[in-house]
Amino acid sequence: MSKFTFPTSIRSRPVYGTLEERDGSAHLLIADAHGAEAILDVATPLMMEKAHIIYIPKGEAFEDKLRALNPASFYAGPTYAAAEARIHKAFVDAKMGLQVYLTGTEGLIGQAQYAAMEAGIPHTAIQTEHRGSTARRMQCVHCKGITEDVETDPFVCSHCGLNLFVRDHYSRRRAAYQGVCIDAEDPGNVPQAKGIYE
Amino acid sequence: MTIQFNDETFRDDYSFYNSERAIKRFPFPFHEDNYMYSVNMEQHRGGPVDSVYEKRFDVDEHYVSEMRDRAEVLADDPLRCQSLPHMTLAGWDLLELIMVSKSEDYPDLFELHRDGDNWRWVNKPLGIDDSFVFLDETTLPYGPMEYITRQAQGDFCVLDQRDDNLWMDAGTVTTQADWSLDFDIGMNFFEWHAPVPLAHEKGIFVRALKFLLNIQQGAPARRLNWTMTVNPLLDTSPENYHKWGIQKTTVTPENIGSKQHLRVELQTFFRLPRSNALVFPIRCYLCSFQDLMTAPKWGRRLHRVIRDLPEELATYKGFIDNRPMILDYLSKFDDGLPTSDGIWPDLETEPALKT
Repeated sequence: MSKFTFPTSIRSRPVYGTLEERDGSAHLLIADAHGAEAILDVATPLMMEKAHIIYIPKGEAFEDKLRALNPASFYAGPTYAAAEARIHKAFVDAKMGLQVYLTGTEGLIGQAQYAAMEAGIPHTAIQTEHRGSTARRMQCVHCKGITEDVETDPFVCSHCGLNLFVRDHYSRRRAAYQGVCIDAEDPGNVPQAKGIYE
Repeated sequence: MTIQFNDETFRDDYSFYNSERAIKRFPFPFHEDNYMYSVNMEQHRGGPVDSVYEKRFDVDEHYVSEMRDRAEVLADDPLRCQSLPHMTLAGWDLLELIMVSKSEDYPDLFELHRDGDNWRWVNKPLGIDDSFVFLDETTLPYGPMEYITRQAQGDFCVLDQRDDNLWMDAGTVTTQADWSLDFDIGMNFFEWHAPVPLAHEKGIFVRALKFLLNIQQGAPARRLNWTMTVNPLLDTSPENYHKWGIQKTTVTPENIGSKQHLRVELQTFFRLPRSNALVFPIRCYLCSFQDLMTAPKWGRRLHRVIRDLPEELATYKGFIDNRPMILDYLSKFDDGLPTSDGIWPDLETEPALKT
């Protein structure tokens, strides 16, 4: 099951919708892992005639199905970082009327949304849908390093090694949630890590 | 009166102190014996002589040392001062507002000489005498916001106004109550306040935003906010929390009077003329418990406020673990007598502590 209902949270936490087909001069669809399923749900032959799909499989086997949609342009790459230059160019080259569809993990959606924002794409032309892993992209507030795909709270910062707890406070510009030292007032007293939504 | 500037530190050996005058003018934040969030805004149009409300930008005995502390924080972490590209004009607006206000309000300390766009700024306490061209960034050593906020006490958030919201698009933030400008930059009013408990449900932020969006040029507003800090540490940033958090565990019944500080923010709001941005200075005042207790009214009241504060707020303000010790200390200064309305110490009229 690739859909997950997030508990209600604070105002900075992003909320996601369900992709729907919109009229547009072109369609840019960016997805990772199970986000492919949302694309398969929303895609129509008419949409695919003017579609550019950028997909990061992360070990999931949807690439052939997406290719079979026969989009005007298709790319599959190993990581978001590898795809970043291509994503950036797609936004910079965008013409009026482009529709953007972002789907998959929060990390993918957040990073692509920020790239779109920086390129001046109007937020009304961007749709998002979460699918698959509920892991978070976390920024350590102390060293500023980003740890991708964090599934537990607390977790160890992959850069500075501090024990961080997972906040719901989210920055669109960092495309990340905030991680804060959990044992600053009692060094070494780190609770057992459990799933973020457990 | 001429201000004697303290030579003091807000870190390491914590030589910070308040003179008797500074204690008397401390902005005690509780106007009654209990506390709950409210949109406690009022016009910022002066106030009692020598109070922190009197001038547009209060300059006090801590000025020189606070500016030294800010320079150290910025040297350690330049991300504490950021301005998104569209905010430069607002930075010039802010520079003008502070230079004009300070030179008019403290003519013995600051001078501003203007000949068209050719300006000369003299800051005597900091030994600065700079000539520059207004609106020409190449003529200043820093961007305009950074230049002037290195010479003004308190944090400064410069908020862009668009889409019926306010956006944290620039700021200099080195004396914050545990929030990160680097993380919050670009957020709107509701987003950067997202972690605050209870206030969203009470509709506080909706009403506060409505008020702030309508602030007009020349009609600034103000409010007080508060928290607690162990040791007179100005830079209680999340960035450094893994270093300073441990200090909360050093409070004992013997040292609490000197270590535990009430931390009060005088928040003001000014509309800026060219950019239509809103500047939100957050000026931090610190006072140790033992100094506060010299005003009998404040002793009585602080005990009652802290005793009755909802648990969520004591947690959010970071003193829930120390609250029992704090109450042990404060209860000795509460004899149960009634207190007068308002924030002022009323030293002449309030009775001494009954022992």
